[in-house]
Amino acid sequence: MSNLYIARNPRAAARNLGGEMMIMSARDSTLFTLNKTATILWQAADGATLLSEIVANRICSEFNVKFADALQDAETLARELAGHEIMQISEQPISAPAGVPQ
Amino acid sequence: MSGLLEEMTDRALKLNVPLSVQVDLTYRCNERCVHCYLDHEDYGEMTTAEIKQLLDQLAEAGVFILTLSGGEIFLRKDFFELLEYARRQLTFCVKLKTNAIMVRGVEAARIRDLGVESVQISIYSNRPEVHDAITLVPGSLQRSLDAARFLKSQGLRVIFANVLMAQNVRDYPAVRAMATEMGIESTLDPTITPMMDGNRSVLGLGIGREDLREVLHDTALVGNVEEFCAIADPADENSLHALPCSASHTTCYVSPYGDVFPCVQFPLPTGNVRKQRFIDIWRHSPQMTDVRSIRLKDLTTCTSCTHVSSCSRCPGLAYMEGNMRGPSSQDCERSFARTGIPSANMLAKKRLAPNLVQIRNIPSSVGSPAAIA
Repeated sequence: MSNLYIARNPRAAARNLGGEMMIMSARDSTLFTLNKTATILWQAADGATLLSEIVANRICSEFNVKFADALQDAETLARELAGHEIMQISEQPISAPAGVPQ
Repeated sequence: MSGLLEEMTDRALKLNVPLSVQVDLTYRCNERCVHCYLDHEDYGEMTTAEIKQLLDQLAEAGVFILTLSGGEIFLRKDFFELLEYARRQLTFCVKLKTNAIMVRGVEAARIRDLGVESVQISIYSNRPEVHDAITLVPGSLQRSLDAARFLKSQGLRVIFANVLMAQNVRDYPAVRAMATEMGIESTLDPTITPMMDGNRSVLGLGIGREDLREVLHDTALVGNVEEFCAIADPADENSLHALPCSASHTTCYVSPYGDVFPCVQFPLPTGNVRKQRFIDIWRHSPQMTDVRSIRLKDLTTCTSCTHVSSCSRCPGLAYMEGNMRGPSSQDCERSFARTGIPSANMLAKKRLAPNLVQIRNIPSSVGSPAAIA
């Protein structure tokens, strides 16, 4: 069971455009768009909820996927987003994430 | 524009979303640039609460890129409160335009912490005697450059914006070299914007035709000169249905008094956020709708011009010349300087010119046309 917490990086910019989330990295102004699953993760990344809880309550309930597979994919994605400095990951709760983008 | 941003812009256009908005927080300024189009008096700027409410509405409307400009943004005592709100609460991609003379290490660190995308600083010359003679503030070049270093040392993206005038046209290569040495990007713009009250006297500060030609044939600026200066293929039916620019389509501008315009360079009033919701102005203002309806095929004079499909024609400058569907003379000059081919507008003016001279010079005592020549 993963004990990772994830939070939206407060230095990233984000907006939902027609159902697709646009995210700009503050590190190098690279623009990303997130698919539906990644958008759910991003929106739920409040720094206080465990990634495993997000996967169980938001991903598995929405999509017909096995928890273990979904969690592994989510961890991979979270680490990738953290590498671009648009998400933060930690084994401790993270304070003050960015607001939930509209 | 990156491929993805272009894709997002296309999507915003289809969804009628204002992807990018410039908000001027104030027209007050601590410089007095000789070419500036603004009246620096404060006639009742929006309050902190009003601006936050506007920002809420912009986020709700789907605005992603928020440019905060002025006047000088750092003259607002609530600047960092607004910036923090825009970034932390509403997650805009924020770009700043400033002279930066009030930015020191502390401010640069706060800007960095708030994740600002870029800071554009006006730099007119590498020589203090030229730059300071444009800003009319002694020591301003040094202060702006110091600020650029503070910002750069925080890892921020900094851009030098250089407006070209007769006064500084010779200095742009040195400004670009200085920027490169500092790891800073630079832009160059030969456009002088008429004053917002319609006064066009500042246009006299612009660079002349020959200088413009030299600038537009400078390999360092345009890359492949032959390609850049080539005459475009004749416009086909598809290109005549193209949009003139992004104003009112995916971008717009809000003044410190809450007035909404299609663009900072397009002072056609479309509504005021103190009286209406932003989204209602954006979606339903008759003026926005009118601007939105214009296609290249609808332009008077320009539709038949050789340059129609390659011209940088600014509808805002055209509006300030009297007709937003008409030509913008500064862009005609640019097309001419680039290609050597006069625009349809220039040719039309030339055809009219002898008559005008003739009328002006008719001596009252002489009736014979031959005597006039």
